[in-house]
Amino acid sequence: MFEQLFPNVSVEDIITATNETMFMTLISVAGTFVLGLALGLLLYLSGPGGLWQNKGLNWVTASLVNVFRAIPFIILILLLFPFTDFLMGTIRGPKAALPALIIGGAPFYARLVEIALKEVDKGVIEAAKSMGSKYTTIIFRVLLPESMPALISGITVTAIALIGYTAVAGVIGAGGLGDFAYFYGFQRSDFDVVLICTILIVLIVFIFQFIGDFASRKLDKR
Amino acid sequence: MISIKDLSKVFQTKDQEVRAVDDLSLTIDKGEIFGVIGYSGAGKSTFIRLLNRLEDPTGGNISVDDQDLTAMNKNQLRIARQEIGMIFQHFNLLWSRTVFDNIAFPLEIAGVSKQERKNRVNELIDLVGLSGRGNSYPSQLSGGQKQRVGIARALANNPKVLLCDEATSALDPETTDSILDLLVDINEKLGLTIVLITHEMHVIRKICHQVAVMEDGRIVEQGDVLDVFLHPKQKVTKRFVDQVMGDPEKEHSLQLINDKYQTGEILRLHFVGERTNQALISDVSRKFEVDVNILHGKITQTQKGAYGTMFVQFVGEKNEIDRAVQYIESTSVEVEVSPSV
Ligand SMILES: Nc1ncnc2c1ncn2[C@@H]1O[C@H](COP(=O)(O)OP(=O)(O)OP(=O)(O)O)[C@@H](O)[C@H]1O
Ligand SMILES: [Mg+2]
Repeated sequence: MFEQLFPNVSVEDIITATNETMFMTLISVAGTFVLGLALGLLLYLSGPGGLWQNKGLNWVTASLVNVFRAIPFIILILLLFPFTDFLMGTIRGPKAALPALIIGGAPFYARLVEIALKEVDKGVIEAAKSMGSKYTTIIFRVLLPESMPALISGITVTAIALIGYTAVAGVIGAGGLGDFAYFYGFQRSDFDVVLICTILIVLIVFIFQFIGDFASRKLDKR
Repeated sequence: MISIKDLSKVFQTKDQEVRAVDDLSLTIDKGEIFGVIGYSGAGKSTFIRLLNRLEDPTGGNISVDDQDLTAMNKNQLRIARQEIGMIFQHFNLLWSRTVFDNIAFPLEIAGVSKQERKNRVNELIDLVGLSGRGNSYPSQLSGGQKQRVGIARALANNPKVLLCDEATSALDPETTDSILDLLVDINEKLGLTIVLITHEMHVIRKICHQVAVMEDGRIVEQGDVLDVFLHPKQKVTKRFVDQVMGDPEKEHSLQLINDKYQTGEILRLHFVGERTNQALISDVSRKFEVDVNILHGKITQTQKGAYGTMFVQFVGEKNEIDRAVQYIESTSVEVEVSPSV
């Protein structure tokens, strides 16, 4: 049945490609989460009325975030070639896609983090201050837990964007389903290969969306 | 306990300076419930937020328990704040934490061990009457219950002072009363000094020992709650007293009474901080051959006893009425026969 529908698809290759996509997605989501969270916190804390209110720091962070968000992903990959080469020792394969994915994803997520943190009730922060909390306590025990559902739905949106980016990265040799669909499907005119790659990517997106929605809902006690 | 000297706070906005608190001096004694009342914009919130330096003063000094709060650096202030509890109009609970964990939060901040935290939180949950609700989330509680959590949280580190910023303004009258009762209970049980701000005279009347009336960043009148109720000097104060005693048209109703009840004797009874003679009316009708009609009046309870005025009609033999009046004169209730407008 499968062989009739998809005569040109090698199951082994498709599994390898799927694994590569999963690898790129998971690692880049983790990296984006950490870097984006740090940048988002910095934006929020240095912003007007923040705990570390600082115009200069805020301007630098905001500019960095805005510039990297403005660069189209495909150009970002090319731009980062020297950096990737230095960091990873290669410019091919799934590992080589990671720096571009994280640097492309983090500024996007940072803005979502900033929005999420701005939603935290000022009164609660004030209450924590009145109890004599340190700033680190306010950050880790008030700001982050209170904004967790929004942080989770933000990383879900970002993860789905990153899955798209992995496919783009594939076209310039990063491996994964995008790479497979392009080189083995499109260029050889084996459209069943393109189709199966599409189905698998959509499936991965759905899984991430489902997990993200579930976790966000579970954590929201409002 | 709390001594405030020449305290001021100026807010610099784009086009003007706002003197929210203006050269304010005040002493608050240990174990006292001290109320600050004022209309919107009087500077009450700014004042109470200065007391734990959520707002930094522009000038002046605040000492709590002989510690100069205004001279402290960040770290000293953090430690000092652990001994000053605060509750808020909108409760400001962490929705991501259960009741138990909300109350445990200040203990975590103070570095209390897990086992001790557990014991202390359970104690507090019982104290504020929330037994069995420890695992609920704030969203599952009513406003009154949320404020109870707020109070328990504020008391967790055994503070010396409790600051209340409009703590009952978001609650309905009945819930307000239950929260006020809880505050009195805590004040008596723990000997805690409470500073509260409000725009409702009812709150002052019900629980405060001392009151200060605030207007335009200044305290315009201050004293024993009963004194202020009896002899309000400033116009603002009179308006606040009328809030509870109601009826600025007393004279009008006295006219009506005089016209309508021509027999016997009309008396005005004045209860001033009364504790012992609250059963006066039944006393009189038991001891003397007079019928007592209650015509008009309002008696209200303050922390210092009952306070208010009542108009009554005594019907009976002339000399029996005189004896009854003499009897009342021998008590601490003031009496006026045939009061005129
Ligand atoms: N952060 C601020 N910046 C500028 N002005 C402020 C600030 N906070 C308060 N004010 C001003 O200070 C004055 C006193 O405000 P405050 O909030 O203390 O009044 P309040 O008595 O608590 O009033 P309400 O009963 O409405 O809460 C007001 O004129 C207000 O506009
Ligand atoms: Mg206020």
